[in-house]
Amino acid sequence: MNYDSHADLGGHDGYGVVRHSSQSEAVHDDWERRVLALTLSMGATGLWNIDISRAARETLDDYDKLSYFQVWLAALEKLLLQSGAISVDELAQGRALGAAIPVARVLHAREVAAALAHGAPTLRPPGAPPRFSVGQCVRTSSVALQHHTRLPGYARGKRAVVERIHGMHVFADTHAQRLGEQPQWLYAVTFDERELWGPRTPQQQSLVSVDAWESYLEPA
Amino acid sequence: MAASDHDDEHDHDHEHSQLSALELRVRALETVLTQKGYVDPEALDVLIDAYQTKIGPRNGAQVVARAWRDRDFRRRLLADATTAIASLGFTGRQGEYMVAVENTAEQHNMVVCTLCSCYPWPVLGLPPTWYKSAPYRARAVKDPRGVLEDFGVRLPDGVRVRVWDSTAEVRYIVLPQRPAGSEHLSERELAQLVTRDSMIGTGLPLTPRSAPTSGAAP
Repeated sequence: MNYDSHADLGGHDGYGVVRHSSQSEAVHDDWERRVLALTLSMGATGLWNIDISRAARETLDDYDKLSYFQVWLAALEKLLLQSGAISVDELAQGRALGAAIPVARVLHAREVAAALAHGAPTLRPPGAPPRFSVGQCVRTSSVALQHHTRLPGYARGKRAVVERIHGMHVFADTHAQRLGEQPQWLYAVTFDERELWGPRTPQQQSLVSVDAWESYLEPA
Repeated sequence: MAASDHDDEHDHDHEHSQLSALELRVRALETVLTQKGYVDPEALDVLIDAYQTKIGPRNGAQVVARAWRDRDFRRRLLADATTAIASLGFTGRQGEYMVAVENTAEQHNMVVCTLCSCYPWPVLGLPPTWYKSAPYRARAVKDPRGVLEDFGVRLPDGVRVRVWDSTAEVRYIVLPQRPAGSEHLSERELAQLVTRDSMIGTGLPLTPRSAPTSGAAP
């Protein structure tokens, strides 16, 4: 089955101007705040992780028709149904009909501040030394993977220079597939604009960096 | 593929017609999850309050103002932003690994997440609507100067634009250039010049003359 992410927008043309206003940007509707809080609370149960959550969002069929928190809501419902935490009937009727499934943890009010301040660190102790060093030329993978991945389409199969070494981090690709953390070295790699967009795109005097796990990269 | 306007705020009319349906849907979900014991309703209120009143761009403004005033802090911020920012009390979710990128006379930094909407919550709060919108995510990497013009920012020729696409769990904050004429200001006054957008890189800090606290003249 094809994995189809609708969220990989970088470099796509035709989107028009960025509409912004100085006010009201941070103000959310009440239902949006509830969705945020429900998503964070359910994330704490351990039924899924943030990468599974991102995969659930980016594969929603109507992703590009939904607002940001509509995406969050639809993905939360999807994950709850997939994990068996709730049933379709419960969702439709808005009340519990059967027993709960066991969860690792329930986030209680008194624990919220500490949980937010701690976050979900993804740094892991380094095993082997990093394969690449700062300043080294690399080439990104050109494979369009059939699962959640964090190498944007625009940055596939391109030459870059290693800019920073971020440490060894939980690998999003395997983490999203419930295949474990499988930590890898994470790098910031930097592309020249001509490498990304070709010589015919008007020059902007710009460079673009992405954060890339080691298996996304080969020596160039 | 046609561009969707649904992500941005100008589509609110359309959204409002759906609002009550959405409210009901969220309320139903909350009821089920509470009845089944997966969520503590009081925890939901604490979470909402945290992002409404405690966690927002004023935190990041403190970081920037400190860096403008304190050379040693600035050095530590650029070397290890996570530790430096934690020393001001800002840590945790969606800011576990921070990198600060410095604007100079030669280089302007801008932050995006093309794949979703990754954003440094502990220092900037929740992302603004435009940051999550398709036009910003699509264009920031390919047409950064055009995006800056949408925000009314025109960089001099010769200034390089560095775009940071937040594709992993590292979160970026821009350290803007300290505005001219701010030498006499206190840290608290400096913080008032630091806008949210200046820490994303789509804006510049206010100048002492344009700031709301112009009463703090020498």
